[in-house]
Amino acid sequence: MIEAESKITLRRFHAARWNEPIILELGSPGQRGIHVPPVEPELAAEVGPVAVPESMRRRQPPALPELAQHQVLRHYLRLTQETHSLDLALAIGEGTCTLKYNPRVNEEIARLPQVADLHPLQDEATVQGMLEVLYRLARYLCEISGMDEFSFQPGGGAHGVYTNASIIRAYHASRGQLGQRDEIITTVFSHPCDGGCPATAGFKVITLMPEETGYPSVEALKAVLSERTAGLMITNPEDTGLYNPHVGEFTRLVHEAGGLCAYDQANGNPLLGIARARDAGFDLCQFNLHKTFGTPHSSIGQSCGAVGATSALAPFLPVPVVVERNGRYAFDYDRPQSIGKVRQFYGNPQTALKAYLWIRALGAEGLRLVAQTAALNNSYLVKKISEIPGVALYYGEGKVRLDQARYSWEPLTRETGVGTQDIERRMVDYGVENYFPSHVPWLVPEPFTLEPAESNSKHDLDTFVEVLRRVAEEARTDPELVKTAPHQSTIGPIDEAAVNDPHRWAFTWRAYKAKGLDYASSE
Amino acid sequence: MPEAPPFVHPYIPNSVPETRAAMLREIGVGDVEELFRDIPAKLRFHGRLDLPPPILDEAGLRRHAEEIVRKNVSCQERLSFRGAGCYQHYVPAVCDEIARRAEFLGAYSGYTYSDKGKYQATFEYQSMLGELIGMDAVTVPTFDGGTASGSAVRIACRLTGRAEVLVPATMSPQRLAIMRDYCNVGISLTPVGFHPDSGEMDLDDLRAKLSERTAAVYFENPSYLGLIESQGAQISELAHAAGAQSVVYVDPSSLGVLAPPADYGADIVCGDGQPLGIHMLFGGGQFGFIGTRDEERYVMELPTLLFSIAPTTTKGEFGFGWSSMERTSYDLRGESHDFTGTTQGLWGIVAGVYLALMGPQGMRELGETILQRVHYAMKRIGEIPGVRCPALAATPFKEFVANFDGTDKSVAQINRGLLERGIFGGHDLTAEFPALGRSALFCVTEVHTKADIDRLAEALREVVA
Repeated sequence: MIEAESKITLRRFHAARWNEPIILELGSPGQRGIHVPPVEPELAAEVGPVAVPESMRRRQPPALPELAQHQVLRHYLRLTQETHSLDLALAIGEGTCTLKYNPRVNEEIARLPQVADLHPLQDEATVQGMLEVLYRLARYLCEISGMDEFSFQPGGGAHGVYTNASIIRAYHASRGQLGQRDEIITTVFSHPCDGGCPATAGFKVITLMPEETGYPSVEALKAVLSERTAGLMITNPEDTGLYNPHVGEFTRLVHEAGGLCAYDQANGNPLLGIARARDAGFDLCQFNLHKTFGTPHSSIGQSCGAVGATSALAPFLPVPVVVERNGRYAFDYDRPQSIGKVRQFYGNPQTALKAYLWIRALGAEGLRLVAQTAALNNSYLVKKISEIPGVALYYGEGKVRLDQARYSWEPLTRETGVGTQDIERRMVDYGVENYFPSHVPWLVPEPFTLEPAESNSKHDLDTFVEVLRRVAEEARTDPELVKTAPHQSTIGPIDEAAVNDPHRWAFTWRAYKAKGLDYASSE
Repeated sequence: MPEAPPFVHPYIPNSVPETRAAMLREIGVGDVEELFRDIPAKLRFHGRLDLPPPILDEAGLRRHAEEIVRKNVSCQERLSFRGAGCYQHYVPAVCDEIARRAEFLGAYSGYTYSDKGKYQATFEYQSMLGELIGMDAVTVPTFDGGTASGSAVRIACRLTGRAEVLVPATMSPQRLAIMRDYCNVGISLTPVGFHPDSGEMDLDDLRAKLSERTAAVYFENPSYLGLIESQGAQISELAHAAGAQSVVYVDPSSLGVLAPPADYGADIVCGDGQPLGIHMLFGGGQFGFIGTRDEERYVMELPTLLFSIAPTTTKGEFGFGWSSMERTSYDLRGESHDFTGTTQGLWGIVAGVYLALMGPQGMRELGETILQRVHYAMKRIGEIPGVRCPALAATPFKEFVANFDGTDKSVAQINRGLLERGIFGGHDLTAEFPALGRSALFCVTEVHTKADIDRLAEALREVVA
């Protein structure tokens, strides 16, 4: 049974290459993609034409394309063919992103009118189903994390981290200590948002650097703790996949110094049912439902950073929070210590619904199986990738990398001159998604970060390994082939300098034209 | 007793025991639990999570899900006049078709060689939105319109080195709450009053409050109360004369008939794109945008990812890439002034599909039909004894205020009566804007027929009687 899948054949892949024009170049005057419901003659007769104030009248129609319906559909379908989601291509390379299967039945449920066509300000009696989902999901996440209350309002992982920074700010303000406590501590292998979000919230950020172990020492933490400490905001495992075993000591010391601890659980996939935020001493945490809980990444969208808090900090959560009273569900706005709102309405409730269904499909046993398999897949991948000549692994000798690993092509680059970004472009020619090198700064030279979530099969992993092994061979036998890649993708290599040059970048077609740019005919 | 079958899950291919055993052998580990050995025992969770048992069959899961969501009553099953930031517009079938494509649904941060179509579709969305608002630089979607306005005024503060933002007293309470939190870094928000009759901004109050401390004048057009702010040019001029930025929040569905904010002096435009072909999704359809002139000093303050068009090595093709990442919290980390992350990318793509379908003529007709329907609704509701409608005199776009002080009913009572008649009435403003008395904000769009409006008016007449 296993043998049947064991043979790895690299594909002779070629991406669709439609050379699709920019949609504003398509169509011709007068074509219509859709008609607007006409005004009934009786209604029109009764009110007559309605003028907008002269000062606000649009004088020039917007230069939108004029296209018939089929042409619009065809254009966008061609663009979908030039987009290799995890459902088409192996996306094992997108480390830190936890790309995993998104069950289609959940998508179908979220498209029902009783979800898609709900107005957020409907009477609570008419949205009991959604409130029940939000309430129950909060209870499940409390169980998974050990926290006491959850909010789904933040619209993404970083947004959840920002919300936690805002809660830490509100907490210290409520104790009259905000002026004094203005420092947040993070680590360089935590996600950049663990520094960026508290900085946005007005904190000074202290970033700890790793030791040989891959994480900062307890002594390094002690050295920066003071009466200025507002809190600690970190991931664990960090982007290296290494779990900082001193995290309990970290949170204890931060608490002793008077600070709070917020756990960015973007890397929480290998910890489901294995370890809980509360037990490690955290006051706040956030889960990325679009990562760990199987909801789609939606072209960087429909995300949810579900924020959990201990009962001491729950009063600061954004409003409203869903409560249950005598079998009826309701929004509770009466939370005077709340930070207020971080997003309109309640975030992405459709995403919460899908996460709820994902948990229901797995149960406690399944969640633990997810964590175990994510870790098993990763350890397997670490062994196989490490066997590719030219790959190195830094930090954490002998330690288990739980969900992902940050590898290095440094030996290969020294030998061949081929760098990680060359390989990133070349691997696409084999029909897999490009990998993620690393967040900045690149402490690991020529980095690449792989995360083989539990929905990848052993055959998927073996195939992915073979792609990287092949590209590494090419780097030795034909380095120019790799450096000039991709060759079989949707487009050839772009001029990276252009997109970073204010005279040559363009974020809209009107800017492109105004600057007199002509990329289509340039070589 | 027969042995329990192994727990093999459809979402987890390597849950098959033989595969697991082979993989464990390969890595030289006896038991998968050994992989967690670096987590200290005292930090391990030793119990079993108290969760409902798994529903392994998809049929059962679907049944369970449908049982729950059927407790909701949608705006397809009832007649809804709720707006206040989230709007029921017609969603074209082609928008739904693209929104559910696995390619876009399953894409994430893949770069241009994996995901070129995602980049092009997003660039095209940015381009079409730029045409609507009259700006050359447009961001990828932000979390929502509220966070977009928060980021926009913080950009203005950084550009001017000032720390006070003037906001309209009629501002959306939700967006104000978001902006308050976002500006809780020493930036003060000062309300500017409105004319009690028209609902438009009181320019005398604006003049009185503008000073060398003012970083920005932020206003909403149409306002939260639905009114077209006809004094946009004067507001921008006054802001500029004080050395402040003009920041305008717009409803993009109005821009087929209303002037682009760039035409009346906006320096930074923001808004929420949900009306452009996105389902309401109980608030999950919101997504924000920010647009500025394509000047380096503005662009370098934008916090989001920016997708730029780019030349490639191949003649005759366009490429796309991430521009100036050094602006973003990904690169700035602890030195950031704002942040970004995973937001609402797919909705930007779908809004692009919507604008491509609508074209200039569709957007103009959309605006015109809404204006006529709104005026018809105001007229019908205004005929009801005791109801003052419109309660404010300025021209509305798709929302208007009706006042019920002349009846003996509260808005809550009225809405209960309407609900009994299968209607979601206007959004209750009583607590949000006490100065408006017992008032409600009604939303009418192209989906509301004359018969729908007549039905609302008849039901209201019964309820307030």
